[in-house]
Amino acid sequence: MESVRPRLQLDLPPAADEESRQWLRSLRAEGAQRDDAVARLHDLLLRAARFEVARRRPTLPHLRGGDLDDIALQAADDALVSVLRRLDDFRGASRFTTWVYKFALYEAAVKLRKRSWQGREVPLEPESWTVLSATGLGPDDEVEQTELVQALQDAIAELLTPHQRRVLVALALNGVPIDVLAERLDTTRGALYKTLHDARRKLRKHLEERGFTLDILEEANR
Amino acid sequence: MKRPDLEQALGRLLGPADPEVSCDECFDQLDRYVELELAGKNVDTLVPGLRAHFDGCPACREEHESLRALVGGDQVV
Repeated sequence: MESVRPRLQLDLPPAADEESRQWLRSLRAEGAQRDDAVARLHDLLLRAARFEVARRRPTLPHLRGGDLDDIALQAADDALVSVLRRLDDFRGASRFTTWVYKFALYEAAVKLRKRSWQGREVPLEPESWTVLSATGLGPDDEVEQTELVQALQDAIAELLTPHQRRVLVALALNGVPIDVLAERLDTTRGALYKTLHDARRKLRKHLEERGFTLDILEEANR
Repeated sequence: MKRPDLEQALGRLLGPADPEVSCDECFDQLDRYVELELAGKNVDTLVPGLRAHFDGCPACREEHESLRALVGGDQVV
């Protein structure tokens, strides 16, 4: 006969610390105990969402305090839904509180990026190639860098698919936040980043095959 | 190269050279990464591919910085 084990014990990740396991027990309980745990979880998520809003506030001068409070509350609400839906994904690789914080920070960050671009056109074509101009380089650098920049511009124009080119230009050249572009193109951050990644790999391979040395760029990415 | 803006533009266009995880994998590993990082562990060996992804993805990088600041003890409002 198949043994029946209580779900509470079965699903508690062995790696989790006691406080995290207590969170899981409470959230999987019924009645008042669960209601209380959900309320405490929402408080935790709201504090994390407000933390993110406060961090970004200096870059959002056009948003009023009430708007920011609303964004934090909406982020906490959405994060609560995500956490409760994905409770079984928690494996105890971190504390439960750290695990849930990331949901609130993510929701708040995405909402703030979208709000800051609300009503703005999302440029999908190069607004300017001037940043890739080689002017201002020293004489020793100028020839090589002019060639690199020209080869890169040619590769973007000729090697990439139209979708790869639009995504690369919007994200990497025009500075459109990835969540804003995902919303405008009705796709996801993950799908867009995959497109960006594939485009970058194609360009790197093309330039390296033509003898350009790209090592110097690694520090610029940091 | 002596043009920081040109270096940065080329860096954004060409992305990180090292292998990197996807945005979804980054999100899945982010809490573990931050706790190991704050504990002073060799996090880029233990959780490979995230550092390169932060270099290539500004959104995930910002969320990493926020989680590290929050868990690391910056004041919660």
